[in-house]
Amino acid sequence: MSFVEYGEYIQEGDIAIVFLGRESMFPVKAQHGTQTQTKYGVIRHSSDLIGKRFGSKVNCSKGGWVYVLHPTPELWTQNLPHRTQILYSTDISMITMMLELKPGSVVCESGTGSGSLSHAIIRTIAPTGHLYTVEFHEQRAEKAAEEFREHKVAHLATVKNQDVCKEGFGVVGVADAVFLDIPSPWEAIGHAKAALKEEGGRMCSFSPCIEQVQRTCLAMDELGFKEISTLEVLLRVYDVRSVSLQLPDFGMETQVEGDPKETGTGQQATAICKSGVTPKDMAGHTGYLTFATKSLL
Amino acid sequence: MEKISVDHRTIKEGNYVVLKRENVFKAVQVQIKRKVIFEKQWLHLDSVIGQLYGTSFEVAAGGTLQAPKPNPEKNPKETKEAGMDNRNIVDDGRSQKLTRDDIETLKEQGLKGQEIVQQLIENSSTFRDKTEFAQEKYIKKKKKKYDNTITVLKPSTRILALMYHGREPGKICHLRYDTLAQMLTLGNVHAGSKIIVFDTCAGLVLGAVMERMGGYGSVIQMYPGGEPVRAATDNFGFPEHFYKTLHEFPLCKVNLLLDGTLSLDKDKKETVSAVDESNGAMSKAPQDSVQKMGEEVEGEKDSAQASPEVDTMEVTSELPEDKEKEERAARRENKAPVVYILQALEKKVKQEEKRKKHLEAAALLQGRNADGLVIAGRFHPTPLVLSLLKFVAPSRPFVIYCQHKEPLIECHTKLRERGGVIGLQLSETWLRHYQVLPNRTHPMLLMSGGGGYILSGITVAMDTATSSGPQKTEEPAPKRQKLQDTES
Repeated sequence: MSFVEYGEYIQEGDIAIVFLGRESMFPVKAQHGTQTQTKYGVIRHSSDLIGKRFGSKVNCSKGGWVYVLHPTPELWTQNLPHRTQILYSTDISMITMMLELKPGSVVCESGTGSGSLSHAIIRTIAPTGHLYTVEFHEQRAEKAAEEFREHKVAHLATVKNQDVCKEGFGVVGVADAVFLDIPSPWEAIGHAKAALKEEGGRMCSFSPCIEQVQRTCLAMDELGFKEISTLEVLLRVYDVRSVSLQLPDFGMETQVEGDPKETGTGQQATAICKSGVTPKDMAGHTGYLTFATKSLL
Repeated sequence: MEKISVDHRTIKEGNYVVLKRENVFKAVQVQIKRKVIFEKQWLHLDSVIGQLYGTSFEVAAGGTLQAPKPNPEKNPKETKEAGMDNRNIVDDGRSQKLTRDDIETLKEQGLKGQEIVQQLIENSSTFRDKTEFAQEKYIKKKKKKYDNTITVLKPSTRILALMYHGREPGKICHLRYDTLAQMLTLGNVHAGSKIIVFDTCAGLVLGAVMERMGGYGSVIQMYPGGEPVRAATDNFGFPEHFYKTLHEFPLCKVNLLLDGTLSLDKDKKETVSAVDESNGAMSKAPQDSVQKMGEEVEGEKDSAQASPEVDTMEVTSELPEDKEKEERAARRENKAPVVYILQALEKKVKQEEKRKKHLEAAALLQGRNADGLVIAGRFHPTPLVLSLLKFVAPSRPFVIYCQHKEPLIECHTKLRERGGVIGLQLSETWLRHYQVLPNRTHPMLLMSGGGGYILSGITVAMDTATSSGPQKTEEPAPKRQKLQDTES
């Protein structure tokens, strides 16, 4: 397995996602002789993981079971160790498509942060593209590089530990796309323009606050970026549930319409329907995405 | 390699491009001496050949596109004169001193859009009294109307998804571009995988998947009816080798394939023998010559069509398993004149090609180890998913798009009953655009009302034993379990 290539069976050194439920999963690295504790009991790597097919059910010692899944950038996003705030798959999807990323694309990114977006970019541009990612925090840069090696994608990414606003991306005229997720993106627009190919390319900046967006848009406009467009994308998740509604009792004469289900207790009648129920709370804002094109002239 | 990359940047005859004016797109194929209509204007695209993608052109008289000037003139910033508010501006309908006829005359004189806008400003008595913001808005509005700049772009999922959503949302089942973006991510579509696609969105989803695969791996398009639809796919202008990774398989044969009654090798042999039988002279010819014969038939087609007996020769055995009919046809052919035989042969060649394609796709499907399933369209998703999921390996993502929520709710329920899937999620995205201008930043007045719904999940191994564990996988655990390494 690797993050850019599906494998069938779990091998020594592979990352697998232990799935206990939608809200409850975690990554493990399969190693002979190692054990992992879950609330359903212990998983012994040698017998329970290694050699098993991804997607198998693994019985744990206490009689419960879990599924072991092949890692994907999306599962990784839900499970990675946070070193910073991260981008989630909804924004990542939009960034990937609007930056026109595909196999072979050369992409510049800053900051690397926890590597949530980085993994998604690498997945999309493999096997012939490359990611140049810049992180000014030394430990975070080192950790990201280590993860890329562990996930067998190090050949597709270069991590640089420098300040993108001062020193840029370390490459000039090579990128098809640039992504910025830093506190003062307007200070890096010039470097973004320089990193993009001469014939042009796409760029995106992610900012939580509208004031940041305004300064960024001004800087983009001054440097000749075209098609400047700011948008926001929100995910709404629906919980599929059976909803039962009590039918009113109008007395003896009333004929109940439809297909009511009689419940056991007395003469109470209810109608059951399936519904997509929105959760009580939802993420109302992550950040504004500002896209722009570096054009020919 | 350098040469190739340079090559990709220039527009050549036969290339698929997208024309862009303001926020309106249109996909066309560049062909010499061919007129295309765009935004109520006839255009000739001859002069774009040899230019770089992303170049902007000015529309000149007669619809020819003028190549860009090396130095685009920057509109000089005049000394601004503007009013504070609109308390004294009265709408008497006479602020513009130019009449419609005057403007038409200006246009006929061949004035550039920019110059017409300048004339309009100079002849507007209220322009100077407008606020600075109102002046900007006025210029922007007029520019949109008179400025005739057209940019020629290289097609991409972004541009084509935007284009279809803007122009013909009905053709793509109202699949909004942000929803398409979610599908590609949730489906983990990437180079080297084997993806099954069912798409009744004119082939837009198929094209988007192919773009993300970059010609690595394989795509199997499942299609309803006689032929797969790829109108939008063609607009991507993929290189030839991308199509080598694209396979097709008809939905109407899925059950046969699943039952194992679609005995492929046997069918293949039968077809070949039928072709041989159809012409005594060719009965000993090697299989390869069938192709050649088919080409020769092309020339004789006209004379064959003139014959009144053509109808009787229709060998419409669409279904390969319909071998009786085939044999009967073959017997009849033995007695028919040479022209008919050749015509029937041509049909056979086509059928054989089609069958060959189906065989290849069937072989890919039979492994039941696809890396993903992407469904988008106007068919009821439940039966599609229930049967197509059988071709997908465990621990692989699948995504289903539907314009409406209710079918996906049913599908969700059925999938839970079936088992073999986890992490089911029914979702929708909202997309909001912003106007960002100094002191005038706000969400756009108009936003899209709905971009459809997605049901996604991950396949897992099906329960074979009756081990009904004590736990429900979908139930959230109270606490996240920490990984414990005994190794230190």
